[in-house]
Amino acid sequence: MKSHVFRPLLVVIGLVVIVLIARFFYVPSDFGSHEKGYMYGWHRKGNEDEWKAFKVKYQFNNEYCKDCHSDKYETLARSPHAVINCENCHGPAMEHPSDPAKLKIDKSREQCLRCHYPLPYPTSGRANIRGVDPEKHNPGVECSMCHNPHKPNLRGMK
Amino acid sequence: MITRRDLLKKFVKTATGVMIPLAAFEIIDPKKLFADKPFKTDEAKVRWVFLVDTYKCVGCGLCVKACKTENEIPYDANVTRTWVERYVVTKNGNIYADTPKGARDGFTTNRIDLGMGKKQDIKKEDIKKAFFVPKLCNQCDNPSCVQVCPVGATYQAPDGVVLVDRKWCIGCGYCIMACPYGVRFFHPKYHVAEKCNFCYHRINKGMKTACVGACPFGARMIGNIKDPGDPVTKILMTERVGVLKEEYGTKPQVYYIGLDKEVR
Amino acid sequence: MLEMVHGEAWTIKELFTYPNEYIYWSAQIVMYPFMTGLVAGAFVLSSLYHVFGIKELKEIARFALVFSFALLFVAPMPIVLHLQHPLRGINVFMTPHFTSAIAAFGIVFSTYGAIVASELWFMYRKHFVEVSLPLKKKTDKSFAEWVKYLVFGALTLGVYDTSEESLKRDGKAIKILAAVGIPVACFLHGYAGFIFGSVKANALWMTPLMPVIFIMSAIVSGIALCIITYLVTVEIKKFMISRKKASIAGFQTKEEISNVEFNVIKMTSKYLIFFMVFAISLELLDLIFRGYTAVKSWDVLRSVIYGKDFSSIFILQYGIGNLIPFMLFIMPGLTIRRIVIGAILVLFGVFMMRWNVVIGGQAFSLTFAGYMHYHLPIVPNNIETFKEGMGGVLAILAMPFVLFWMFIKIFPVFDYKESH
Repeated sequence: MKSHVFRPLLVVIGLVVIVLIARFFYVPSDFGSHEKGYMYGWHRKGNEDEWKAFKVKYQFNNEYCKDCHSDKYETLARSPHAVINCENCHGPAMEHPSDPAKLKIDKSREQCLRCHYPLPYPTSGRANIRGVDPEKHNPGVECSMCHNPHKPNLRGMK
Repeated sequence: MITRRDLLKKFVKTATGVMIPLAAFEIIDPKKLFADKPFKTDEAKVRWVFLVDTYKCVGCGLCVKACKTENEIPYDANVTRTWVERYVVTKNGNIYADTPKGARDGFTTNRIDLGMGKKQDIKKEDIKKAFFVPKLCNQCDNPSCVQVCPVGATYQAPDGVVLVDRKWCIGCGYCIMACPYGVRFFHPKYHVAEKCNFCYHRINKGMKTACVGACPFGARMIGNIKDPGDPVTKILMTERVGVLKEEYGTKPQVYYIGLDKEVR
Repeated sequence: MLEMVHGEAWTIKELFTYPNEYIYWSAQIVMYPFMTGLVAGAFVLSSLYHVFGIKELKEIARFALVFSFALLFVAPMPIVLHLQHPLRGINVFMTPHFTSAIAAFGIVFSTYGAIVASELWFMYRKHFVEVSLPLKKKTDKSFAEWVKYLVFGALTLGVYDTSEESLKRDGKAIKILAAVGIPVACFLHGYAGFIFGSVKANALWMTPLMPVIFIMSAIVSGIALCIITYLVTVEIKKFMISRKKASIAGFQTKEEISNVEFNVIKMTSKYLIFFMVFAISLELLDLIFRGYTAVKSWDVLRSVIYGKDFSSIFILQYGIGNLIPFMLFIMPGLTIRRIVIGAILVLFGVFMMRWNVVIGGQAFSLTFAGYMHYHLPIVPNNIETFKEGMGGVLAILAMPFVLFWMFIKIFPVFDYKESH
């Protein structure tokens, strides 16, 4: 350049080149506009697989428990609690067959009150569930002391 | 003195000098831009959608409990990927709503949480209507959270689910601000944007999401709207459903049966 | 230990809010548009002289440009303090997603920085040559001289031509850069307004007027800051003259300084009032329009604007920050002291405007049925409450002055004999 006026421009171009070189080394090769285009799909493709590889904890399929716990399974299947998954109270059981000690059963009163605290809400399924007033109904005692959660009707009382 | 010829030469030189490195950016491909809305040619075979039946929800919060455990959201932290709201409309027209701890422990009191330590007692006979509404990420077709991400750390996967790249997120919080549904937050441990992703690891293995699996009443359903045989698709095609906050133009993909005008 | 969520430390929630809602954008996001605004404002002020040839602003113009440069380095600092992963901030340059207003930051900000730096180079090129040439010839340089020589030698960018003709070209380049810089400065700050104005989820922020309001208040704050800093530096100069009893930098007497000073400041304050009236008009238009159209969000907005935030909007921002300085400036018999008080109040007013936008925009829930209250952490109890608390704010406020003090060692800002 003959004129000094363009010196700052040269500096700027130099800086842009440095950024572009840095970009070449820094940005993963699978980064780009993928299926959803630049607006919604600008990302590192490998991240999709990272999420797919996230660890599963809950099975949420009572058939899974059936083989070893057929008695409990059969009892529960014939009770009004059949809709409740084993893991909702017994905890995530994906690794349970290989590591049986790991399960932590939730026997708290609060667990039962999730449904059985009486909330008379019309237009909601909650109104149809029988409830008890936790402050009057044997406070401080675990529900499973008297009730069998796998066979919750009165005949199943312990 | 600079002659006009010199000036022109310099202009051309600088212009090319600027253009070449810019080409190396390879950021905007016009073809891909055109592939965007509204002429999107969507060839994907899967588009995950969600269906919530608010009549069936009893507010037990087992979904929230399962979600937090499954997705490793610190259990006691006051954030959650999914939550359940309670709405109580009284006979004199007052509307009360709350979601204590996102209903992680369900609703085990009839008192409404007003925040700042205040509670509101509502008598049974004053209630006109009351119900529960589960909330989760709407996996919008036009996700405003993705649009505003400055670095491409959050994006829409080919099957419509919006994911966050925990290794690329800078933690600016713009996506949290841009979501009209308030589903996003900063993960207390990883300090990056966090959100419901329909249990991406589960649905890709043929399983249901944790919240769907945990719900005893079938209030939550997940399905593939591209599959005409899918139970969710069948309901969406034959029944009347609503979505949340349609006015923002985000095209949410979580559908609701029994949505009320009071639902926020 | 209970894991705190970002934002939980300073947010109190009232009535019905979504569980994940907190004030995620806190004090540093107030500082960010405030500092960017000062950058843009200071630059526009300097351009008023360079482009439109407003002679009265000559003295403050050079000063404003160097100050704008100092502020420029501080403007991105609040963002860095706010980011959860500050080191990854580089990603904005590496994989910019231009559908996001924040991604434009990298480009606009760098362009603007290049313009200001180039303009400064043309302005002080002669000085760099004058400092480095004698040092170049000197054979027995001390260590300090070596450092000085290397710095100034590099700053010349290898150009030692200081002929009459080349200086003329410098002048032309400055004029062009200053002219190009005005739209870029406006864009820089307008886009800061766009960051907020384009958030459709936020009922208070979303308005196309936001960028324009931001630009106007930016210019107001930039001018006010230049007035204050200019006066302070001139006072220091006067003090030094009286102590050394010698003339410094082309001025013969204290009186001469005072004369120049008052004329410059008086003229500058006129521009301040002009831009302030414009800014307030737009803000009021926005408020009136919201009230008149009264869309879904108006109920909750009204309860915030006229209720919860009433004192910080109508007393602190419009009253103390706008009305009082306006009176101070337009009342006859203007004095330097009145101008200084007015300028300080104006700065405070613009800061409160940023506060009321950023914090006020998060004062209500997305449910439109609940509120969130912000409590600025004063005494930090961890790194987060320092960065986004009082400590971080004060650090950011102090930084431009430290940088300016360093820059005047390179740029002879107060050498009044120079032309341009």
